[in-house]
Amino acid sequence: MHPPAVLRRLADALLLLWLVLTITFALIRMAPGDAATFLVPPSASAADVARVRTELGLDRSVAVQYARWMEGVLHGNFGESFALHEPVTRALADALPVSLGLGAASLALTFLIGVPIGMWQAVRRGRATDRILTVLTTVVYAAPSFWLALALVAVFTYGAATWGLPQSLRLPAFGIRAPGLELHGWAAAADLVRHAILPVTILTAVGAAGVARYARSSIADALGQDFVRTARSKGASPARVYFRHVLATVLPPLLVLFALSLPGIVAGSIFVEAIFAWPGMGHLMVNAIVARDYPVVMGAAAVYSALVLLANLAADVALPLVDPRRRA
Amino acid sequence: MSFWRRSSAVDRASVILLVLLVLGAILVPMLSRQDPLAIGDVLALRLLPPGARDVHGAFHWLGTDRFGRDLFVRMMLAGRVSLAVGLLGSLLASGVGTVAGAIAAWTGGVVDRVVMAISDALLAIPRLVLLLVCAALWRPGFTTVVLVLVATGWMGVARMIRAEVLGVRAQPYVDAARALGASSRRVLWRHALPNALGPAIVATTLGVGNAILLESGLSFLGLGIQPPEPSWGNMIAGGRDLIVAAPWVAIAPGLALVATVLACTLLGDSFRDRVAGDAGSTLRDRV
Repeated sequence: MHPPAVLRRLADALLLLWLVLTITFALIRMAPGDAATFLVPPSASAADVARVRTELGLDRSVAVQYARWMEGVLHGNFGESFALHEPVTRALADALPVSLGLGAASLALTFLIGVPIGMWQAVRRGRATDRILTVLTTVVYAAPSFWLALALVAVFTYGAATWGLPQSLRLPAFGIRAPGLELHGWAAAADLVRHAILPVTILTAVGAAGVARYARSSIADALGQDFVRTARSKGASPARVYFRHVLATVLPPLLVLFALSLPGIVAGSIFVEAIFAWPGMGHLMVNAIVARDYPVVMGAAAVYSALVLLANLAADVALPLVDPRRRA
Repeated sequence: MSFWRRSSAVDRASVILLVLLVLGAILVPMLSRQDPLAIGDVLALRLLPPGARDVHGAFHWLGTDRFGRDLFVRMMLAGRVSLAVGLLGSLLASGVGTVAGAIAAWTGGVVDRVVMAISDALLAIPRLVLLLVCAALWRPGFTTVVLVLVATGWMGVARMIRAEVLGVRAQPYVDAARALGASSRRVLWRHALPNALGPAIVATTLGVGNAILLESGLSFLGLGIQPPEPSWGNMIAGGRDLIVAAPWVAIAPGLALVATVLACTLLGDSFRDRVAGDAGSTLRDRV
C-alpha cells in the first residue's frame, strides 16, 4: 500500500472515530435520567441536585456540552470519573495494559494452537481425528466463555484444593497478584503468570476453536485447487505442498483475521475479567456501567473503537506484504 | 420436504433438538404443577441434587436451586426467554439490515453515504461494548435486550445486502424488468431483493445462536433479563457461587445454552455451504 493510500485510510479512520464519539455521546444523552440524579444521595434536596448539575455542566444546552466534551477529548481529556474521583485518562491508562497483555497472550496462543489444529484436520479430513476435533472445536465454539470459566475455577481452584492436588495445580481465580505478599523480580512474574493461566486458557480455548474451524475449511478448500495437484504431480514433497503452496494461499486471510481478532479478544475479555476480577478495561467498563459513570463509559468505548480502527488499518497495510495479488 | 431428504444427519439432529427445545419451553412450564417462580419451603427444598424426590413427593430430575425451585421447569421457562430473544433479535436485525442495505444501494448518493457511514461507525465499536453501553442506559429487560440486539446487529446484513443489490442491479434481468415498465420499487422488491436474500438467511441463522449467547452474557452480568424471571444467563449467574456445593445449578442451564447455540451454528454452517458466496462472519462475538 502506497504512503498516500495509508494516509487516506488514516484520515478515514479518524473520521470514523469522531463519528463513534458522537454516537456514544448521543446515546448517553438519550438515556433517561442524567448523572446528577445518580450522584446525589436519595435524601438530597432539589437545590443540591441543581448544584451538582451546574458543577457538571449538565445545565447547559446539549450543543454546548458536546462542544466542551469534544474540546476536552481533542486535548486528551475525557473528564473526571464520577465514581473513582480521578481523571478518566488515568483510569484507562491503568486498565488498558492489563487487558492488552491478556489479549495479546491469548491472541498469540489462539493462532499458535488454532491454525495447526485446523491444518491437521484438513490433512486428515474425514478420518476419526478430524471428526473428534470437529466435534470438540464446534462445542467449545458454541459455549459461552463465562460458563467454561466457572468450570475451570471449579476444577482447578476449589477442586484442586479439595482433592489435595499438588500446589502447582492449584490455580488462583481472583485478581492478578497474590494478596498480602510483597513479591519482587522473578517471584512477582511467576505469581502473575499463575494468575493469568485460567483467564488466558479460557480466551485461548474459545478463540482457537473458532480459528481452527476457519483454518480447516480454508485449507481444505485450498487442497482441492488445481495448483496443489500440479505441485504434487511435479513431485513436490507433502511438506513442501503444505508449507509452501497451501500456506501461502491461506496466510493472507488468516493474517487479516489475526489483526481483526485483537479488538474482539480485548472486548471479549469483559466476561473473563468479570469472573476473574482482572483490573482491565472490561472490569472498568462493567463497573462504570453499573455505577452510571458516563465519562468512563464514553472513554472506554472510545479506546475500544480506536483499537478496532487501528486493527483494520494494520490489516490493510499488512495484506499487500503477504499477498502479492494485493500489490497494486 | 426436499430439504429434509437432502439434509445431513447433523442437520436433522440440530432441527430435532431445536424443535424439542421449543416444545419443551412452551409445554413444560405450562403442564408442570411446580411454580418455577414461587419460593416455598426453602429449607426443605433447596439445592436438592438431580433425580431427588422432595418431602412432598415431587420428583426433581435436574434438582432444585437455592430457593428450592425446580431447575428443569425453570430451565424450560428460561428457554422461552432465551429462544424468543435470540429469534426476535436476529430476525429483526436482519430485517432492519436488509431494508437499510437495499435502500442505500438502490437510492445511492447522500442516503447511501450516510447509511454506510453510520454502519461503519457502529461496526468500529466492538458489539459487546456497544451492547453493554446500550443495555446500561435503559431499564434492563426483555424489550431492551431485543432492541439493543437489533441496534447493534443490523450492520453486517446491511453491508452484505447493499453489495448484493449493487451486483444484482447490473444484471440484465433488472434492465428487462425496467424495460417492461416495472416501477423502481417493484424491481427492487420483486426482482433484486429475492436474489440477494440467500446470504441474509445464512447470517440470520448464525445470528440466532450469537444473539442467544449475547443475551446470556448480558443476563450473566446482571444487565439483561432480571431475576426472578429466569434466563439461561442469569441462572448460570445464580449458580456461580454454588459451583462447588451444587454444581448442577450452573451446569444445567449452561448445557441448554451450548446445545441451542451448537444447533444454530451447525444449521447456519449447513445453509452457508448451500448458498454461494461468503456469508456471515466466521467468528462469533466472544461471550
